[in-house]
Amino acid sequence: MKMQSDLGRVRGLGSAKSGSSHWWAQRVTAAANLPLGLWFIYSILAGHTASFDAVRAWLSSYFHATMMVLLVISVAWHFVLGLQVVIEDYVHNRKAEIVSMLLIRALAVFMTVAAIISVLRIVFAGA
Amino acid sequence: MAEFKLPANSVVQDGKSFSAPANAKNTRKFKIYRYDPDSGDNPRTDTYELDLDACGPMVLDALIKIKNEIDATLTFRRSCREGICGSCAMNIDGRNTLACLKPIEDISGDVKIYPLPHMPVVKDLVPDLSQPYAQLASIEPWLKADSPTPPDGERLQSREERAKLDGLWECILCFSCSTACPSYWWNSDRYLGPAVLLQAYRWLADSRDEYTGERLDMLEDPFRLYRCHTIMNCTNTCPKGLNPALAITEIKKMIAERGA
Repeated sequence: MKMQSDLGRVRGLGSAKSGSSHWWAQRVTAAANLPLGLWFIYSILAGHTASFDAVRAWLSSYFHATMMVLLVISVAWHFVLGLQVVIEDYVHNRKAEIVSMLLIRALAVFMTVAAIISVLRIVFAGA
Repeated sequence: MAEFKLPANSVVQDGKSFSAPANAKNTRKFKIYRYDPDSGDNPRTDTYELDLDACGPMVLDALIKIKNEIDATLTFRRSCREGICGSCAMNIDGRNTLACLKPIEDISGDVKIYPLPHMPVVKDLVPDLSQPYAQLASIEPWLKADSPTPPDGERLQSREERAKLDGLWECILCFSCSTACPSYWWNSDRYLGPAVLLQAYRWLADSRDEYTGERLDMLEDPFRLYRCHTIMNCTNTCPKGLNPALAITEIKKMIAERGA
């Protein structure tokens, strides 16, 4: 039986005093994704991803390798922030919430590191 | 998980039907949600056919006519009948609004009336609003200042300072907006909802209030404030034409500003 007052329940554990950095990072990564995404679409249309050799030649450029690493980081970060919101909205089982948050972060970190290492390998191995 | 379908004992069934008088020419059917927790029955929709020539122009007039002349068991809240008390907020024709401000002639086809969505139902069209009221109390919606009141008069405000409260003070706390918000449906235990956040901003925007920082501290929370994803159902449904989504954005901007 719960006899706690409505006000006591609403106040709960108090304010987390966080959330603004998440909100801001979501907007900054969204803004960064725009030029990085345009660059990526342009690169595809320009034929840089047409073949294995074309990709190697394209990413051996320091500029394009840098853009690719930034794209991967910005998209992965935005992906984590966005999915976090979806989980907080809809998953109300606390254990499932924590596990899915950790899995999403692990997946994003793994894919980001794998992508960066792949780009670096092309850059430093030469075209 | 979020609830996407009704529990078995909440599934709405077809209820009774009441026809209009035989000589009525201008008739309209009102399909109204009925629920009595004491009966143990599922909720149902009763159909009342009214003679609009013998009824006032607003949906609230029809409800009062039904209660007075057809079915005295129909339960709903109403008081001022002019859009200032907020009592008769309900879901009419698929949209949260005030029954007293909603003209029947604006609705095509049958008039479907339900209580405010995703709130516990006390009876028929009466939702239990204890939680949003407690949430309103939690933001301390009153002037808080350490400077003593001037001995010779009131706390002064310039015209420009006073103008910042326009679009905020008009809120009548009918909770049409909060109960139209999916974020509030899924997380009302922690998310304050648009109505309460608009009230919070009303005090943040008040030049006489000296507790802006404490108020922002209390609001800066992933659930209390940042469950708002700006889908603007609140602004869309507000029967007073206010903009809670804008007020929430202003709160987020204030928090961003002090962090920068």
